[in-house]
Amino acid sequence: MDIHEYQAKEILADYGIQTLPGGLAYSPEQAVYQTKEMGGEVWVVKAQIHSGARGLAGGIKICKTEQEVWDASEELLGKRLVTHQTGPAGKVVHRLYIESGAAIEREIYLAFVLDREKEQIAVVASAEGGMAIEEIAESRPESIIREPVEPAVGMQAFQARRIACKLGIEKSMLAQATTTILGCYRAFTELDCNMVEINPLIVTADKRIIALDAKVSFDANALFRHPNIAEYRDKSQEDPREMAASDRGLNYIGLDGNIGCLINGAGLAMGTMDMIQHAGGEPANFLDIGGGANPERVAKAFNLVLADDGVDAMLVNIFAGINRCDWIAEGVVEAVKNIDMKVPLIVRLSGTNVDQGMEIIKNSGLPIIMAYSLAEAADKAVEAANEHVKKKGAK
Amino acid sequence: MAILITDKSRVIVQGFTGKIATFHAEDMAKWGTNIVGGTTPGRGGETHLDKPVFDTVQDAVEQEGADTSIIFVPGPFAADAIMEAAEAGIKFCVCITDGIPTLDMIRVKRYMRAFNKESKMVLTGPNCAGSISPGKAMLGIMPGHIYKEGRVGVIGRSGTLGYEAAVQMADHGIGISSSIGIGGDPINGSGFLDHLKLFNDDPETDAIVMIGEIGGSQEAKAAEWARDNCDKPVISYIAGLTAPKGRTMGHAGAIVSSSGESAAEKVEILRACGVSVAVRPSDIGTTVAEALKKA
Repeated sequence: MDIHEYQAKEILADYGIQTLPGGLAYSPEQAVYQTKEMGGEVWVVKAQIHSGARGLAGGIKICKTEQEVWDASEELLGKRLVTHQTGPAGKVVHRLYIESGAAIEREIYLAFVLDREKEQIAVVASAEGGMAIEEIAESRPESIIREPVEPAVGMQAFQARRIACKLGIEKSMLAQATTTILGCYRAFTELDCNMVEINPLIVTADKRIIALDAKVSFDANALFRHPNIAEYRDKSQEDPREMAASDRGLNYIGLDGNIGCLINGAGLAMGTMDMIQHAGGEPANFLDIGGGANPERVAKAFNLVLADDGVDAMLVNIFAGINRCDWIAEGVVEAVKNIDMKVPLIVRLSGTNVDQGMEIIKNSGLPIIMAYSLAEAADKAVEAANEHVKKKGAK
Repeated sequence: MAILITDKSRVIVQGFTGKIATFHAEDMAKWGTNIVGGTTPGRGGETHLDKPVFDTVQDAVEQEGADTSIIFVPGPFAADAIMEAAEAGIKFCVCITDGIPTLDMIRVKRYMRAFNKESKMVLTGPNCAGSISPGKAMLGIMPGHIYKEGRVGVIGRSGTLGYEAAVQMADHGIGISSSIGIGGDPINGSGFLDHLKLFNDDPETDAIVMIGEIGGSQEAKAAEWARDNCDKPVISYIAGLTAPKGRTMGHAGAIVSSSGESAAEKVEILRACGVSVAVRPSDIGTTVAEALKKA
């Protein structure tokens, strides 16, 4: 689960990480009020969306007068920002964070991530802050410092000091840097984070180490032990289709193609999407309806896939293991009868009672295209989608 | 001989009296699995499915000689259940549970490092469909009837994609010695390399199929080992060619977050190591058949 920058800073501040004075605004009036409260001569108006690289997308504006703060806020609120992390649809700005300006002496990259291979948390840092880690890895790979943390004892102060020294932090600021690094680690482990990234972590002219930006995401599987963190969720930042799916207990990811998919199992879902691409098509979504593919879930999943206007054909691929194909076929028939299907439907069933299942589909009298193998299903789906596009064009 | 699970395995079910565990315990027994009991804390002394219920895994090991376990305990409690099994002397454990917090799994793995090689439990999962040695025993939630007895070892992350492979292989008349599900989580008990080594040493396995997906570097590491140490043919399919970067595709572990983790990159690495790669998931059966012919 992702949260906003201002929320991440709020959380990290509790762990001893220094941040600049700032306040939240939902309107230009509130933004100007925040600048009055803070005082100073320079303010930064920052769009709060769940994405990095906001600066490049025009989501961060440096202002020197109250009028500039007003204008920047008016421009940003309600605007859809597109970054390389949001996808082409972008994300709408509903909240602004107004922050004091700072005299930046240098910018550092600091992140805490999961090292899957070593099965521990690792610190990744670089003296080349301010740009994305991918860019740093490309342009200055030798600047990247990696420090793994032994999970049995957690991060030790000497490790934090070593990172600080490698980053070239001035001796007078070593204690500050150590507090910052250890604080992030504590936040990561105590709150079950997936990632804590401070980019940039700045050193100011007056010798302070401050988180200028902060990105924190949490392990959704651990939210049961952090009910207060769960409240940080901002549904306006999520894809409405994906949100509807997760509220119905389905696993959906919207994509840009035109073949809707309804599949059981994440692996088979990915495999089926691959097949569609090999057949010359593009999937409109990833959808895993999970093991308990009962008629009710199938019906919900149909509605979800078909709610996407970009869908020109729909492919159902179910491997019935513990389930039975005849039962799933009944669910599909039931769903189709209750929905106004405007696009061709291709169904491939496999596994337990497959013959009975296909029989039910055949006898339903519904215009369902049947397929018996994965390859056949993908070919027929692509063909049907192309024909549907042609028909649409003719109209 | 198969690997990890046979008809000799003395199996307990952790979370035995739950609805899903009960359903699958009955189903597993149909495929030859010798279930000797189970655990549900607080219900020790009762009988369930005509088998004894224990409060602790230790009791089950001491009283029934249990050496194998399957876990159906919910996510928040599953890490504890795994460590309990490891400590009690269980040799092979399948954790079906999904949704275990990542930091819990880090703790589990660290805890398991404390055991020496002889007393260390092999863990598969979490978030897996289980393992089967067709004709001998099944430890999981798979449809047992689709598996044909034979001499090809299968290792896979995904349940349903594993079923797809089993059916395609059966269509070519190819059977399976053991099929091991390692699960879709970012940190799992054991991985492709662990089981590749076991299959390489198994005289009843002639070829090994790895069904991988995007995310992590396990498939690549296993392929590199196979290139240098394995003379049995290795066949693979990697799912997720169309998966967008940075998105979690159902499985918590199926996410491309750094270089070498995408399907295309993995396929390239595997090929360079001499693995026969099925580019399309519909070609898994054919690719295995061809590799066996060549061998």
